[in-house]
Formats: sequence, structure tokens, C-alpha cells
Amino acid sequence: MNSKTLLLGAAAAFMLSPVAAMAERGSSGHLNIIYWQAPSTLNPYLSGGTKEVESASLVLESFARFDDTGTMVPWLAADIPTVENGGVSEDLTQITWTIADGITWSDGTPLTAADAVFTWEYCTHPEGGCAQASYFDGVESVVAVDDMTVQINFNAPKPFPYTAFVGSESPIIQAAQFAECLGARAPECTDANFGPIGTGPFVVTDFRPNDVIEFEANQNFRYPDRPYFATVTFKGGGDAAAAARSVLETGEFDYAWNLQIDPTILAQMEAQGNGTVVTAFGTSVERLHLNQTNPDPALGDLRSTVEGGPHPFLTDPIIGQAMSMAIDRALLVEVGYGAGGQPTCNVLPAPELYASTANDDCLVQDIAGANALLDEAGYVDTNGDGIREANGIPLSVLYQTSTNAVRQDTQALVKQWWSEIGIDAELRNIDASVFFGGDPASPDTFQKFYADVEMYTNNFAGVDPEAYMANWRCSEIPGPDTQWQGSNIQRFCMEEYDALVDEMATTADLQERGRLAREMNDMIIQSYSIIPLIHRGGVSAHANSLEGIRMSDWDSELWNIMDWRRAE
Amino acid sequence: MLTYTIRRLLLAIPTLLFISFIIFLIVKLSPSDPTAGLPLTIPPEVREQIRESLGVNQPVFVQYFRWLQLMVWNEPLHLIEGWTGWNVAPESTTRIISYQTRSPVMDLIMQRMPQTLWVVGISYIVGIIIALPIGIISAYRQYSWFDQLGTFISMLGFSVPTFFTGVLFIVIFAVNLGWFPSVYDTTHVVTDWDSFIVQLKQIIMPVMVLGLFNASQISRFMRASMLDNLNQDYVRTARAKGLTEKVVVLVHVLRNSLIPVVTVIALNVPAVFGGAIITEQVFKVNGIGQLLIIAIQSGDVPTVQTVSFIFAVLIVLFNLIADVLYGVLDPRIRYD
Repeated sequence: MNSKTLLLGAAAAFMLSPVAAMAERGSSGHLNIIYWQAPSTLNPYLSGGTKEVESASLVLESFARFDDTGTMVPWLAADIPTVENGGVSEDLTQITWTIADGITWSDGTPLTAADAVFTWEYCTHPEGGCAQASYFDGVESVVAVDDMTVQINFNAPKPFPYTAFVGSESPIIQAAQFAECLGARAPECTDANFGPIGTGPFVVTDFRPNDVIEFEANQNFRYPDRPYFATVTFKGGGDAAAAARSVLETGEFDYAWNLQIDPTILAQMEAQGNGTVVTAFGTSVERLHLNQTNPDPALGDLRSTVEGGPHPFLTDPIIGQAMSMAIDRALLVEVGYGAGGQPTCNVLPAPELYASTANDDCLVQDIAGANALLDEAGYVDTNGDGIREANGIPLSVLYQTSTNAVRQDTQALVKQWWSEIGIDAELRNIDASVFFGGDPASPDTFQKFYADVEMYTNNFAGVDPEAYMANWRCSEIPGPDTQWQGSNIQRFCMEEYDALVDEMATTADLQERGRLAREMNDMIIQSYSIIPLIHRGGVSAHANSLEGIRMSDWDSELWNIMDWRRAE
Repeated sequence: MLTYTIRRLLLAIPTLLFISFIIFLIVKLSPSDPTAGLPLTIPPEVREQIRESLGVNQPVFVQYFRWLQLMVWNEPLHLIEGWTGWNVAPESTTRIISYQTRSPVMDLIMQRMPQTLWVVGISYIVGIIIALPIGIISAYRQYSWFDQLGTFISMLGFSVPTFFTGVLFIVIFAVNLGWFPSVYDTTHVVTDWDSFIVQLKQIIMPVMVLGLFNASQISRFMRASMLDNLNQDYVRTARAKGLTEKVVVLVHVLRNSLIPVVTVIALNVPAVFGGAIITEQVFKVNGIGQLLIIAIQSGDVPTVQTVSFIFAVLIVLFNLIADVLYGVLDPRIRYD
């Protein structure tokens, strides 16, 4: 992160204050938010779900956050530590955060470095099962240098040290409140988990698990004029269409989250003029994974493992390329995603620095070209059944995904396009809780990948792709020896790729990191083991009377709720 | 009658144990994972740690007996402590903990019971109040236009699912007419006349959706039972004695016809506690049904198990009550 953009980000954050300075705390009255999945707890360390993280972000805060452009802005910290300003050590093994002046918990006690140290201990306790433990990966120790200074020591150079205590997923919790809740005792602290004391703009007044949360403005908040809303109701439950209706049609709610519904229905609702649909794009990409190993049931336990041997035809990039060329991504967006999607040819579509432009040919559908490509490579239909063969094996694939209306529409369209290039697809859908469940005993998980092609969305949190790109190392391939744990779902393996991953782990220069990430992205895309389809954004809606919303997919959508206000 | 009741109650114990074990196996052996709903950004090692901390990886029988012990011993003690204030319960670690909220399942159930009893209970009463007159008149004037209309409406109510009627009601009354809210405000407290009106407005749609469904069912039973009795000899005798039609129908026929209907009503009472999964979800009422469906979706085994077990207890109990009631209402039936 270079310091200039940081300063600009910080400046932008301060610029906002004078605009809103006329209003006072609580002057906008009551705010109604609906999340159709209801939060189960307000302790984001006990549940990694988006609904819990975002609802807790009204209360709990971290040292720095990401704004709507993905720029890091200091939040509880006085500034963002960098190598230039001495906040990050030269050898990249230490980062020092300084807490800004005058920050207190909502109970009036000051926020100190001890709270950050405690948060680290809480989340890294071996019996705790902390859902955000990966934010503290590589952290050797967190030390309170003095009351206002927190030093994080890493056990190896960390070129991107902004993980622990940055963003909505690793906020700082109060040591005094959670002191008795370490490890296995975490579930005993129901009152604390349901009503954490925070530094944020709101305090919890009532929490009903999986139903509703009531907040009121934090009277000890550091900005005397904010938040502008005096009280907030955070309702959960129902479904996405009903949530959209309650904002756009009946006007009962002011803000609705995650409205992945039929784009034409959403547009009709918006046309009623009560509210506005907003989107924000992060790093989510709906993609096809092409199994590089053989999923043939005849292999028994060796199905879809490296030991079982390579896939009979999907390891040839030509076939993958033809499959990619046959797809009309713009039509998929129109049918299933509307404003919430954009066609993409990259598995790493953002931030801008990391987005490659080398693969953009795929944006235009080219069935004739795909046919020519396959003909040229010698994959022709020899027995006249309309399906091409590769060395006598028909190009027939099992294409699986989770059960979801949009995904089934996409499957049907893709099947049609593939049939036009002589590739046959059998479609299958699996309940999401099973597909993503990761149960090693189930044959239907996406990790086991007992199919030729599978489709889902993945992304990474924050703005740094290092850990995400490391997903596709050879060593990350799932298999029976690792209980099918592993993130290299398509079983892609290339030594050159692993070398780039290692290089990125020791490179601090931002431009250089950008180049490495783009190169890795291109390597995967050009292997055609992943076919990216849609760059997916978050879709939300807010009432027209609500101002100040800067929706972000890099942090909690509610990250700047202190600036939200009711239009006069 | 007393020995019969006691015998039935004792028999209920092995039945319930068996039911609880079957439920546990179904829930446990179905491929569900409490970490499945988490974003894919959370790495597998962390998921494994979460599962470990929840105790998911212990042997199935250990988990079952642990649950059973908590259910039949610790939770009742906590209940007693909550009611009486005596300090009888062990440390709070030993309660059934939900995977989702990491809080005691019983607290979740207690928190949700009032909403379910209000919405589903009122809809049941409304259903009965509508159904009985319709059933009586339909039978008395069989094949009249009223009977035909009643039959049509009850067939409609019986066959159109609540997820359709619920959404239809919302579109008509909340979106187009704007009379009622589409989202149930579970924090609303009735303190005076105005807040009572607000409560009435938000409860009316779910109550009517469920009421229509209940009424259809009960009115058919009522009609059939009335028709059985109207042709009996004792009715002719009553008429021959010169009793008025009002007395014949409402006193003689109705009382006898109510016997099977009361049984049906009693047998359906556990469903009131069970909530209405779909209707509660459509109107965002935080009842037991919604608790169950969310728990199923997120692989929250302790919650699913406990809620299902409570249903099982209620069903066994109300079956017994229905049988006993039958004997009380109909002197011809004796169990001893």
C-alpha cells in the first residue's frame, strides 16, 4: 500500500465530516435495516458468517478499514503504519499500530493496547475454535508497548502486514468484558457474545438470536455529532425477494442486504420509485473448475485424486479454451445477475492493480472459433452422434453446482452452448449445505469434485491476493490423505506457479506484487483449469430518503453507518 | 381411567427414547456441517478447529448420550431453578448449546414460544371459530349453495399451500393496499390501545393465512360428523317428540357430532407449539418453526434435536389427552 493513496484516503475520510457537520447525533431518528439471513451472535470470532460480521460492525471496530474504493483508512489507529513512516520494520516482520487519541469503549473506559493483545489471545486460543483465526496466521506475538501502542511480531517477513485488526472480520473486543471467556469457555459468555461492548457508533440494547437486534447511538462515540441515527432496528429472516420488497415496494425498511434475485423482478421493484439499488464489486468470481484429475467412478478411492491419474481430456487447454469461447458471458449476466454482475475473464478481477487484461478475448462468444479450434486439434466426431471424441473417449462432462435458481439457469445455457461445439454436458445440482459442507464422508462436496466440471463463487477478504493466489499451489490439492481439505479444487499443478507464489511471499513492493499476481492469474486462466464467468458484486437497496451510503465490498457494507442520515 | 393413563404414560418413556434416538441418527447421519454456511474465505484448518470446538467430531453415541443426559437431567434442573430461584442446577457449561448462537437452546425456545403461541394459537382458535358454524350449516343444508361454497372454499384452503397464500396476502394487502405490514415486528410491545391496533394489524395476515388452512380441515370433519348423526334414529325421535329444529340440531346432533371433532382438534394442538415453518418464514415471525428451519439449514444439530424432541413429547402427550378426552365425552367408551 503506498502512502500517497493512504493519505488521500485519509483526507477523503476527513473531507466528509464538514458536509455532515450541520446535523447532530441522533437527529435522523430511527433506521430500519433488513438482512434476510438473521445474525446468530454478535461475536464475529465465534461465527464467521457475513451476517454476524456485518451486524457486529456497528459496534466493534478495528485499527483500519477499507472504504468503498478498497483503500485502507485509519479507523481506531492514528495512521496506517508503513515502511516509510517506520510503522513497519525494514525486515517486514513487525508492524506497530498507534491508537488514536480519545477513543473510549461505549462504557466510558479507554481503549488500550491491552485490549488488542487480549483479542489476539482470545482468537488464537487452541480450544476456542475462532472463526477468524486466519487473520492471525503468522503472528508470533502481539505486545502492548505502552497503553497506546500495539506491536505485532510475525514469525516470517509479511509483505502485507494489514491482516490482524484490519477490516470488519478481525475487530478489537474489550478485554474487561471477555476476560473470562477464553477458549472452551467462550460459549458460556452468552451476554457478552450477544451484547459486546464496542467502540463503534452504536450500542446493542436488545439482541434476539436469529431474529432482530436493537441498537442505539453510542453516547461515548469519538465524533460528538455522529452517528446521525438515534436508534437502529436490524431485522433478520425471510428471503431476498421479501427483503427487496420491504424496501422498494412497501417502504417498511430503509436498507436491505444481498438481493440476489431475478434482475427483472428487482428492476420492476425499483421502478416504483421508493428506493435505489446499489452495487459494489469486490473479488467474487463465479467460475467453472475443470477437473484436472480423473473422476471416473471405476477408480474407486482414487477418483479425483492425483494418484488416480490425469483427466482423459480436460487437461488439454485447447478443450478448455473452446469451452470458454462458447460461453456468452454477457447473456449470463443479463439472465441471472443484472446490475450485480459483470462478465470477466480473470479469476482475480480486482483490485485494479491486480486485474490482468491479457485474457479479455473471452468476453465475446465465438462458437465458430471454438469449433475450428477443436477441429484443428483433431477432436472430431468420429461416430456421428454429435459429440466429439478425444482418443476414442467422447467429450462428455458431468457439470455440477449448488442448488440455486440462477446457477441452474446458467447450467442450462452453458450446456446448450457446449452442445453447439460437440461437447455433451450432464447437469447436476447439490444442496448448498452439502456441496459446501466439506463432510469428508459425503461424495457430493465441492472439494471431492466427483465430476468433470463444477461451478461456484469464491473470493478473498480484504484487498491483498497473496493468500488467495496461494490456493492453487500443488500442495493444496485435496485428497484422502488430507481429509479432502485443500483449496486447489481443480487440482492444478505447475512448478512455475509455485515459484511465483514463493516470490510473492517475499516481495514488498506493491507494483511488483501486482505484476506477480497478474502473471499467476494468467497462468491459471491460460491453463483453462478455471474458466471465469461472472465478476459478482454485492447488491443492496436503500430507501431514497437515506443519504451517505458508500457501499463497499471490501469491508462490511455498513462500514460508514455513522455517516448515514435521513434526507431533509 | 387412572390406571390406563398411568400405563400409557409409562409406555411413553421407551417410545420417546426411541424417537429421540431415531431423530438424532437422522440429523447426525445426514450430510450437514455447521461450518457449511461460512464464507469460503475461511480456510479448512479453521473450519476443522471450529468443528472440534463444537464437539462435532466425537463418536455419535457419545454425542447422543451426552445430549440425552443434558435433556432429561440438566435442562429440567435449570427450568426448576428459573421458576423457583433455588440453586439446584449445575454450572452453566452443562446445558445444550446451539452451534449457531453458542447459547443454550432452551433459552432460544423460551424466547420464541410466545410469538408462536400468539400467532399459531390465535390462528387455531380463529380456524375453529370459523369452521364449526360452516360445518354445521353445510351439513344441515347439504348440497345447498352454502354447502357448495363452503366445500369450494375449504378445498381451496386445504389445497393451496401457505407459502402461496402468504405471499398473495402480502402482495394484495401490504404492497398494493398498504393496510398491513409485510414484516412482523417481534419487538413490538402492547401497552395501550394504539399499540394493540398495531399488533392486530401485524398479526392479522399470518393468522388469517393459517386460520384459513385450519378452518378448511376442521370444517370438513365437522360437516362429515354432523351428516353421520343427522340420519340417526335418535334425531327422528327428538323431532317426533316435538322439539324445535334449533334444539334438535344444536343440542342433540351437535353434541354427539363434536366427539370426533374434539379429538381431531386435540391431536392438532402440538402443531400449535410446533409453529408454522412456512408461514413464520414468510411473515418473519420469530417462532419455533423459524428456529427449526434455520437450525436445519445451518446444521445446528443440538437445536434441531431438542426442538424435534419437544415436538415428539407434545405429540405423545396430546395423543394421550385425545384418548382420555374421548372416554370423558363418550360414555360408551371405557378403557378399564
